[in-house]
Amino acid sequence: MSAWRLAEPFGTLIDRSQPISFLFNGRSLTGLGGDTLASALLVNGVRLVGRSFKLHRPRGIFSCGIEEPTGIVDLLDGVRRTPNVRSTVVEISPGLAAESVNCWPSVRFDLGALNGWFAPLLPAGFYYKTFKWPNWHLFEPTVRRMAGLGRASLTTDQDRYEEVSTQVDLLVVGGGIAGLAAAIASAEAGARTTLLCAGAAPGGGLGAQGDPAVAEMIAKAGRAGVTVMPRTLAFGVYDHNLVCASEQLAGATRGPGVLRERLWKIRARSIIAAQGAFERPMIFPGNDRPGVMLSGAVQRYADAYGVACGRRIVIAANCDSAYRVAQRLRTAGIEVLAVLDRRPASHIGTHAEGVRTLASSGIGKVLGASSVKGCLTVAAEGPSVRSERLDCDLILSAGGHAPAVHLHSQAGGKLRWEAEASMFVPDGPAPGLYSVGACAGVFSRQAALEHAADVGRSLALGFTVPPAPVGGAGRSLASTRIAGVRGKAFIDLQNDVAATDIGLAALENYRSIEHLKRYTTTGMATDQGKTSNVNALVLMGELTQREPAQVGTTKFRPPFAPMTLGTLVGRRVGSLYRPLKHLPAVQWHAAHGALFEHFGNWSRPAAYPLAGESLNEAAQREARCVRQSVGLFDGSPLGKLEIWGPDAAQFLDLMYVGTMSTLRVGQARYGLVLNANGVVVDDGIVARLGEGHFWVNTTSAGVERTAAAFEEWLQCEFTNLKVFVTAVTARFANLTVSGPRAWEALAAIGFDAAFSPQNMTHMSLREGAFGAIPLRVLRASFTGELSYEINLPVDESGGLLEMLMAAIAPLGGCLYGIEALEILRTEKGYIHVGTDTDGTTLPGDIGFGRAIDGKRANFVGRRSLLRPAARDPQRLQLVALSPADGRTLLPCGAQIAALNPPTATEGHVTSSYWSPSLDAPVALAMLARGGERQGEHVGVHHLGRRIDAVVVKAPFIDPQGERLNG
Amino acid sequence: MRNHYSAWSLLRGALTGHRHWSPAWPEAKPKPAYDVIVVGGGGHGLATAYYLAKNHRITNVAVLERGWIGGGNTGRNTTIVRSNYLYPESSRLYDFSLKLYEGLSAELNFNIMLSQRGLVLLAHSRHDLDAMSRWANAMRMNGIDADLLSREEVASLVPGLDMSPGARVPVLGGFTQRRAGTARHDAVAWGYARAASQLGVDIIQNCEVTGFTQQAGHVVGVETNLGSIRAGRVGIAAAGHSSVLAGLAGFRLPVTSYGLQALVSEPLKPLLDTVVLSPGTGAYLSQSDKGELVIGAMLDLFPSYAQRGSFAITQSILAGVLALFPAYARLKMLRQWAGIVDVVHDSSPIIGRTPVPGLYINCGWGTGGFKGIPVGGWTLAHALATGENHPLAEPFQLERFQTGRLVDEAAASGIAH
Amino acid sequence: MMRIPCIVCGLRDENEFTCGGTSHLVRPAIDASDRDWAEYLFFRDNPKGLHHERWRHTQGCGQWFNLVRHTLTHEILTVYAMTESPPR
Repeated sequence: MSAWRLAEPFGTLIDRSQPISFLFNGRSLTGLGGDTLASALLVNGVRLVGRSFKLHRPRGIFSCGIEEPTGIVDLLDGVRRTPNVRSTVVEISPGLAAESVNCWPSVRFDLGALNGWFAPLLPAGFYYKTFKWPNWHLFEPTVRRMAGLGRASLTTDQDRYEEVSTQVDLLVVGGGIAGLAAAIASAEAGARTTLLCAGAAPGGGLGAQGDPAVAEMIAKAGRAGVTVMPRTLAFGVYDHNLVCASEQLAGATRGPGVLRERLWKIRARSIIAAQGAFERPMIFPGNDRPGVMLSGAVQRYADAYGVACGRRIVIAANCDSAYRVAQRLRTAGIEVLAVLDRRPASHIGTHAEGVRTLASSGIGKVLGASSVKGCLTVAAEGPSVRSERLDCDLILSAGGHAPAVHLHSQAGGKLRWEAEASMFVPDGPAPGLYSVGACAGVFSRQAALEHAADVGRSLALGFTVPPAPVGGAGRSLASTRIAGVRGKAFIDLQNDVAATDIGLAALENYRSIEHLKRYTTTGMATDQGKTSNVNALVLMGELTQREPAQVGTTKFRPPFAPMTLGTLVGRRVGSLYRPLKHLPAVQWHAAHGALFEHFGNWSRPAAYPLAGESLNEAAQREARCVRQSVGLFDGSPLGKLEIWGPDAAQFLDLMYVGTMSTLRVGQARYGLVLNANGVVVDDGIVARLGEGHFWVNTTSAGVERTAAAFEEWLQCEFTNLKVFVTAVTARFANLTVSGPRAWEALAAIGFDAAFSPQNMTHMSLREGAFGAIPLRVLRASFTGELSYEINLPVDESGGLLEMLMAAIAPLGGCLYGIEALEILRTEKGYIHVGTDTDGTTLPGDIGFGRAIDGKRANFVGRRSLLRPAARDPQRLQLVALSPADGRTLLPCGAQIAALNPPTATEGHVTSSYWSPSLDAPVALAMLARGGERQGEHVGVHHLGRRIDAVVVKAPFIDPQGERLNG
Repeated sequence: MRNHYSAWSLLRGALTGHRHWSPAWPEAKPKPAYDVIVVGGGGHGLATAYYLAKNHRITNVAVLERGWIGGGNTGRNTTIVRSNYLYPESSRLYDFSLKLYEGLSAELNFNIMLSQRGLVLLAHSRHDLDAMSRWANAMRMNGIDADLLSREEVASLVPGLDMSPGARVPVLGGFTQRRAGTARHDAVAWGYARAASQLGVDIIQNCEVTGFTQQAGHVVGVETNLGSIRAGRVGIAAAGHSSVLAGLAGFRLPVTSYGLQALVSEPLKPLLDTVVLSPGTGAYLSQSDKGELVIGAMLDLFPSYAQRGSFAITQSILAGVLALFPAYARLKMLRQWAGIVDVVHDSSPIIGRTPVPGLYINCGWGTGGFKGIPVGGWTLAHALATGENHPLAEPFQLERFQTGRLVDEAAASGIAH
Repeated sequence: MMRIPCIVCGLRDENEFTCGGTSHLVRPAIDASDRDWAEYLFFRDNPKGLHHERWRHTQGCGQWFNLVRHTLTHEILTVYAMTESPPR
């Protein structure tokens, strides 16, 4: 085994006294407290972790952070299954189980690896060129099965997520030394400062080395009052300086219903980005073999976790940092066979003592099938030297650095290509966001510390922010490959994008960076191209004779790293997703057997089934009962507005098709509300409470929309009118007693004779009281029967329901729900806006043509009714329909046409019920020229079935409206 | 001579190192004049150029693209193709498009991966059931396949839905168009580009139109960052920026630009076979052949030309998805972006003449332009070639905003298109 | 997510507001031509740049007010009352 645990001072993050066992592909392994899954796997000598996306090539752990392209696993914990977890960021805990992705039957013996045999047939975009004949459908199921990485569970997630919003003066993203320096300076200058760090503690790479200066900075940040948020990753910068971050809650993998992650929405006056840089890999044949790792990652595994990833290493380099890594690893007792530096000797700015350095050279071949067993050297240029075999067990890839400019770019910042170090750096600050340290391209420790502190202080005090002293990384060549070396070298390790694929894209003119990305899928994997994007675009530039800046970069969008959907949603789940509204007396209804259903955002009784009754049977019984004696309905969701002011009457004339200004006090009138386009959007009853005071009922679903429309017209258009609109739906309950014996029931419990049908006419409203309960009683009817809509303070509704129930029971009355109401109003031919009408219905279509002709005042939507389309004689009009056989229910939504489909439609059925009172079906429909077609037979078509129906005269019951008065 | 794409040509490439491939479409420099210029190198613009050449034998055509072809909404949508429309006008248009899609891989010799795995619309209330019954029946009247689904049928077609009794968003049933599905969006743009350029069309990227040259009130060419180019006729197919271009030509459109978000999850083994649309929550999603869940959102409800999208909308759409699929909470969002869509009052396109003679437009597709690419190109090409509106496009003219003859699918169904 | 300066309540998150679209549209009289009526109802400048638009603090004070906002950067330049003229 080539990996082992190093002695202290290596391993600053681990707790050697705490062994933790975990499972990997069913095998029990042991790590230490503080280990990530990756460090624990590495120390156990596990090289082969998963398989690549397309070719199922062996893949191991490549990095030590969120950029990980290949060390991807599924985590299992009881019923919890979390797919596609980067092993480099998850901390191990007792009982943790992980399994490899994208392999079957096992990661060692994976049948999908057969794809590798056909690799020459599968270049970038091969699927665009084949699988067309005879049909893609023949190939697709296989492709789908082969694709994808992890497996998702279909069991409801047991864990919880939450969200916190907060505001700070200065938000520092990144806990390395630059971030710390900025935060300290900002807090010391008096700004409320928060620092987010993705890891378990701030300090970054130097902190992991146990540098005492870093420990001192962390202490200083605490003293200065910096709020440090560990395990919190900023993933997005949104408009107006909103930073969103996710916090991993420690130990969140255990127990039922634990809080797993927390979303932070942080509004900052200014943002400082200090997220460091990612290392660029070298491109050489076999660079995807398990055992090829980023150099910085190998050092970090040693520093932080005390893990030596190999015994004998070779470093393929294109930057000076490789030598620092070599030096550090030598002190850990790791043998560095050679640094193969791709650069000429003149470019190399530093050396590692005692380490053999070969300038202008690199790796020509990696030996070993599923793990590195050695490599062959190759000369980059100049006099050709003989290839040499180096018997290493680990290859470090050190291609230079790519500053983490993601947040800068998300905030709208621009980038420029820094030629000396071959990297994209921020071209000045982004709006509201300033980069410091490596992510600004500042690689010298002293310069980074000074600049970061200066930026922090300047932002806190409102001074001009100094520009970043870019530099300190030495020289790197743009290209991290040696041209002309044969063999498959990879750019995107997860998606199997090879250098030859980039070449193919160049050949086929997919040369823009976006085309390159989409055609080859480079950068589209779960690592989002953190280790591949720069290499891909540099190579494309090389192949098409363009500078990297000319090839351009893709725009960075949130999220910076893949984000858990549960975290993004927080607590907006279950009953808290668009919470339902409930009746004030919901318990009372439940106790009386209500069957609740969702109607818009309300939970309401659809019916009150007796034992053994279906919903439909209950609704039939309830509707019959209302026609025969009396029913009680809780209509509390009915929209209620009060309109006040000297211009209230004039305003309502503008809002309604009906004329409201001529109402006398106590009188009520039905009206339609139109939008500016003339379409019916709501209906209801307006009653006059006083000279400048009206009571308005809207539909239950439409009240918010209607109130908002009223406000908009008042505040934005009719600004000269003195009117207030007050929404009072939640203040008043509405209990409706309806049926021929309605008054008898009310009188029996002592309702004032002033409310009797003799003293109070249909379509009138009377204020009064019942005992101590103040009432607004409206005589209006949606059932066609004598009805009292009793509006009262919500808190009283339970009590009054109880009394009304007692009053109707002796009369054979019952409670009725929405379904019965729908039957009753359909029998009467009353429309239900949104059911019989849709977003194209004009008032003339539902019989209001003459009302409009008779109205003098202008009203909203009126001009639109004068357009040619509104006067088209072929328009759909509301009609009543009966089946020709008198027995067959006409399905709702059925289409009307003389011929069988396919043919031109003439309309459709909008409401349809079995009428218990008539013992026959009743239906409403919208029908072309419906108004003039009474008596005609029409064909009603439903899913291939044809039913003959007759256009009849509405209403089906009580055409004279005599029952309205009891 | 350009390569023919086939398994044999791939085999040849495998044996020879894939060095025989030619550019899918060659880089072109603008000529001084063309018979027709199409402004906008998205799916609609490229399809327009292709059908100009193929249907009308007009090959002296340039497509001018401000950035890279397919980089606007063509490359930013959720790739759904369907023709489940209520009105005959829309049905004819979109089903013609779907039929063109059905033959497109073979016609273009480019696999656009049309995947007709079906579309399931979820009914969350009795009212939804009635609305879907109307919808499905209307489609059958229009001669398009549609079936209503029971709750059990939905459950078996769409595993993972919350079917528990206490579900906040209950599923009562639904309806399906089995011919609906998805296609690979980039491939549609590239396939049309390759086929059009093979017929002689110039595809010019990084060429931004900055003005329209007019003579006696007629458009006779365009001004660009690469110089003036003359043209017999000019067509605009630049969704998101339609108003900006119309403004350059001196007229206004009934269009407002809004951001429309989409996002994808990390790739997963197969988990969802059909396209699922839930009008009640505004969520629509499918799983791509690569394994990513592709999730679409409702509009960011304020005018915008920024292709990023508001976080509040991201949260709200994902809340809808998790209300339907509570197990998805542990999945991760990999990428999120927005396209800028042309929104008109009736959510139907505008394809045909503009108030400026010589200038034609294809715009206003709202959130559904991808499925309309073939027919949008076909009908705009017809208008550019003949000067007359194509019969399929006749109901979709600017005049409808004056007459009030809107084709308002969204209003009729209560569901955004 | 933007922060909108409500004219009454000050800076609040975008999801408390409703955007009402272009401001300062002049509603024609009822005898306007179909063309003028269509212009009023549907046709917009839809600028890529500064846009005068109205917003309502729906989940707050309920007030409508005007904003000048950049439709590409989303930068908000000015806020002013519904009945005020657009600032120069």
